[in-house]
Amino acid sequence: MSHSIEEINKHVRVYIGVFVTLAFLTVVTVGVSYLHLPVVPAIILALFIASIKATLVALYFMHLITEKKLIWTVLWVTVVCSIGLFLLPVLTTMGSSRSQF
Amino acid sequence: MSAEIKYIDEPHPVSGLTNSKLGIWLFIASEIMLFGGLFSSYILLRVGSAEWPRGASVLNVPLATFNTIVLITSSVTMVMAWASLMKNQFNKYRFFMAMTILLALVFLVVKGFEYHAKFEHEHYPSTSVFYALYFTLTGLHGIHILGGVVVNSYFLFPGTKLWKTNPKQFAGRVECAGLYWHFVDLVWIFLFPVLYLL
Amino acid sequence: MSHHDHHEAAHELSWIQKYVFSVDHKVIGIQYTITALIFLFFGFCLMMMMRWQLAFPGEPLPVIGNLFSDSTMPGGVMLPDFYNSLGAMHGTIMVFLGVVPLSVGGFGNYLVPLQIGAPDMAFPKLNAASYWSYFIGGVTMLSSFFVPGGAANSGWTSYPPLADIATTGQTIWLFGMVALITSSLLGSVNFIVTVVQLRAKGLSFFRMPFFVWAQFVTSFLLLLAFPPLEAAGVMQLMDRLAGTSFFLPTGLAISGTPMAVSGGGSPILWQHLFWFLAHPEVYVLILPAFGLVTEIIVTNVRRPLYSYRTMIYSVIFLGFTSFIVWAHHMFMTGMGTTISNFFQTTTMIISIPSVILLTVLLLTLWGGSIRYTVPMYFALAFLPMFAIGGLTGLPLGLTASDIHLHDTYYVIGHFHYVVAPGTLFALFGGIYHWYPKVTGRMMNRALGKIHFWISFIAINGIFMPMFIQGIAGVSRRLAIPNIYEHAQAVQGTNVFMSCSAWLLGIAQFIFIYNFFMSLKTGEKVTSDNPWDATTLEWLAPTPPPHGNFSKEPHVYRGPYEYSVPGEKQDFSPQFVA
Repeated sequence: MSHSIEEINKHVRVYIGVFVTLAFLTVVTVGVSYLHLPVVPAIILALFIASIKATLVALYFMHLITEKKLIWTVLWVTVVCSIGLFLLPVLTTMGSSRSQF
Repeated sequence: MSAEIKYIDEPHPVSGLTNSKLGIWLFIASEIMLFGGLFSSYILLRVGSAEWPRGASVLNVPLATFNTIVLITSSVTMVMAWASLMKNQFNKYRFFMAMTILLALVFLVVKGFEYHAKFEHEHYPSTSVFYALYFTLTGLHGIHILGGVVVNSYFLFPGTKLWKTNPKQFAGRVECAGLYWHFVDLVWIFLFPVLYLL
Repeated sequence: MSHHDHHEAAHELSWIQKYVFSVDHKVIGIQYTITALIFLFFGFCLMMMMRWQLAFPGEPLPVIGNLFSDSTMPGGVMLPDFYNSLGAMHGTIMVFLGVVPLSVGGFGNYLVPLQIGAPDMAFPKLNAASYWSYFIGGVTMLSSFFVPGGAANSGWTSYPPLADIATTGQTIWLFGMVALITSSLLGSVNFIVTVVQLRAKGLSFFRMPFFVWAQFVTSFLLLLAFPPLEAAGVMQLMDRLAGTSFFLPTGLAISGTPMAVSGGGSPILWQHLFWFLAHPEVYVLILPAFGLVTEIIVTNVRRPLYSYRTMIYSVIFLGFTSFIVWAHHMFMTGMGTTISNFFQTTTMIISIPSVILLTVLLLTLWGGSIRYTVPMYFALAFLPMFAIGGLTGLPLGLTASDIHLHDTYYVIGHFHYVVAPGTLFALFGGIYHWYPKVTGRMMNRALGKIHFWISFIAINGIFMPMFIQGIAGVSRRLAIPNIYEHAQAVQGTNVFMSCSAWLLGIAQFIFIYNFFMSLKTGEKVTSDNPWDATTLEWLAPTPPPHGNFSKEPHVYRGPYEYSVPGEKQDFSPQFVA
C-alpha cells in the first residue's frame, strides 16, 4: 500500500477528531431526548443525528471517502435494491382496504 | 500453471482492490439488507401498533449511552490498530487490538446486566412487540459483536504468524476485520436512538 | 511454485482431502452437482407419493405404503398432515436443495472459473465452507421427517400464523434455512469477487460468456435478497421459541380459543419479507438456466448470438427490476389498489427483458446449421417450455385475473413450466454438454435421446392439465383433491397426470444409468474441445487439473465468434490469437 508515515499520522489526527465528534453527538442526542419533544420532530432529529454519526464512521473509519469507485458502485446497487424494502411499511398501510393489517 | 490465486495481497490493477476487501464490502452489503429488513419490520410494527412505549421510559438510557461510547471507542482503537500496522509498529498494534477486544467484552457484559435487569422485572421477548424487537435486534447485534471478538482474537493471537511472512496480507486482513467492526458500530448508532430514545 | 513442485504437492493429498474436504472449485462443483441431483430425485419421490393420493384419494398406496409409520400412513393411506409435510418439503427441497445448488453451486462453481480463465475461485476455503453449510442445511431439513409431528407442513412459503403454531418440524425447517442462506451468501460473495478480480487478460466484461453474466447477476440477487428472509426467519424462530408475536396479530384465536400471546404482530410482514427474497429467487432459478441454454444453443447453431449486448442489458435490467415486483404474490392480502397497480405495472415491465432473452435465442436459430446433439434437444425444448411458463404468468400478474386464479392449480402449472421443463431441462442439457469436459467421455447419445423424448412428453402430461384444473377452480394444497364438488369434474385428469409423473420417474433411471455407465464405457473424447466451441473451458485439459490451465490463458475476442467470414474453421475460439 502506498501510505507514507506522515499520511498515516494525518489519518490518526482525523480519527481522534471523528471520535470526539461522535462522542459529542451521542451526548447531544441523549440530551435532546430529555427535552420530550413531540414524537415526529423527536424521530426526525434523532435519526438526523444518527445519520451524521453513521456517515462519519463510514467515511473516515471505513475509509469510504478515499475508497475505490467499485465499492461505491456496490453500495449504490445495494441502496437501489433496498428502496423497496424500506417502502415496505408504507406499502402495507397506504390505501389498504383494511384499517389494520 | 500453479493454482495461485492473484490479488490476495496486491490490489487488482483495474478495480484497485484486493479480493478480500471487495469480499468484505459485499458481505457488508448483505448485512445492510439484513438489518434493513429488521429496521423496516420495526417501523411497520410500530406504525401498526395501538400503543408504543417511549424507549427511555422502559429501558436504561444511561447504561446504553455508556455502551455507545464504549463501542465508538472500540472503533477508534480498531482503526488505530490498523494504522499502527501501517506504521510498522507491531507492539502498538497488539495493544490497540487487545483494547478493541476488551471494549467489546465490556459492551457485552453491560448488555448482559441490562438483559438481567429486564428478566428480573419479568420483561421477556414475549411481553410485547416492543420487547420482542428490543431483544431480537440487540440480540442479533450482540451476536455480531461476539463474531467480531472471535475474529479479532484470531488476529491478536494465532493469526499474527502471517505478519512475519506476508505483512501486507496481514494488514489487509486486519483492515477487513476493521471494516466489519465499524459496520457493527454503525448498526448500533441507529439501534441506540431507535430503541432507547424514541 | 514450479510445475514440478506443484505436482509433488498434489500427490501428498490423501483421498479424503482431495475428494471430500477439497477446496478445488471443480471438486466442489461436482459435490454440489451430485448432492443436488440426489435431493432433486428425493424431492421428486415425495411428489410421486403425493400423486398417488391425488389420483386415488384415500386408497392405500401399494407396496411402499406399508413401509411408513401409523402416524403418517396408517394401512398405507396417506394422512392429510403427512400430505402437507410432503408438499412443503417437496417445494423446499426442489428450490433450495435441488435446483439452485445444482445451477449455481454445481454448474456455477465448475464453469465460472474455467470460463473466465481463473485457476480457482477467489476464496477456495470459503467455497468449501459454502458447500458444507449447504450439506448441513440439507441434512437438517431431512432430519425433520423423524421428529414428532413430522417435517414442516405449512407449505414451502411457511406463512404465519399457521407456521408459528405448527409442529416442531417447522423449527427445524427454519434452522435448515439459516444454514442454506449462509451457504448462498458465502457462495455469492465468492462468485462476485471471482468474476470481478480473476478474469484472464483480455477478458473484458463485454467479452464474458453469457453464462458468466447470468451467474454474476444471480449472485447479486442472492446476496441482496436473502438477508431480509434471514431476518424474517430469525423473527419466526423467536415467535416459535421465545413466544414473541412478530407475526401474530392481536386477538388471534385457534379453534375458538384465544392464543396466550401478546399479539400486536403482522402476518403480512412475513409475506412481504418472504417474497422480497422469493421473487428474486425465481430469477435465481431461471437465469443460470438461460446461461446454460445460451452456451448450448450458440455452440450447436454455429453462428453468433443474435444480439449479445441486448441480452446483457436485459439481464441487468431484469436483476434490478426483480426487487420491485414481489408483492404481485400478495394481491389477495387486501393491499390498496394504488399499490396493487404499482406492482401490476412493474410485473408487466419485468416480462419485457425475459421476452427479449427468449427472442434473442430464438433469432439465433434463424439461418443456423443446427447440430441436433442431445444437449441441443434439451436446449431447444427449453425455449417453448419457458415461453409457456412465462406467458401463463401474465394473467397472474394482472390483478383482475389473479383474483380467480390465485392459489389454484393454474399457479402450480405456471411456475412448474418455468422451473421443471424450463430450468431442469436446461440443467439436463448442461450435464450432457459438459460431461465430456468433466470426465473425458461422452454420454450415450441414443439413451440421451430416449431420456429426452420420454421426459418431454411426460412432463407436459403432468403440467398441461394443471391449467385446466386451475381454471376450473381447483385449489392447491388439498390433501383430498375432489373434496369440493367443482373439482370432481376434472378429477379424471389427476389420474392421467399421476401416470405421467410416474413415467417421468421411470425415464430418469435411463439418465442415471447413462450417467454412471458412460463414466466407464462412454466414447472417449479425442480433443479438449469436442464440440468445437469458443469459450475458455474448452482450452483447459480434459479433465482440467488442479489450477485448470496448462498456461495462463489470454483472451483475444468475444465469446461467440462462429462462422466468421474468411476464417478456415467455423469457430474462432476466444483463446486463439
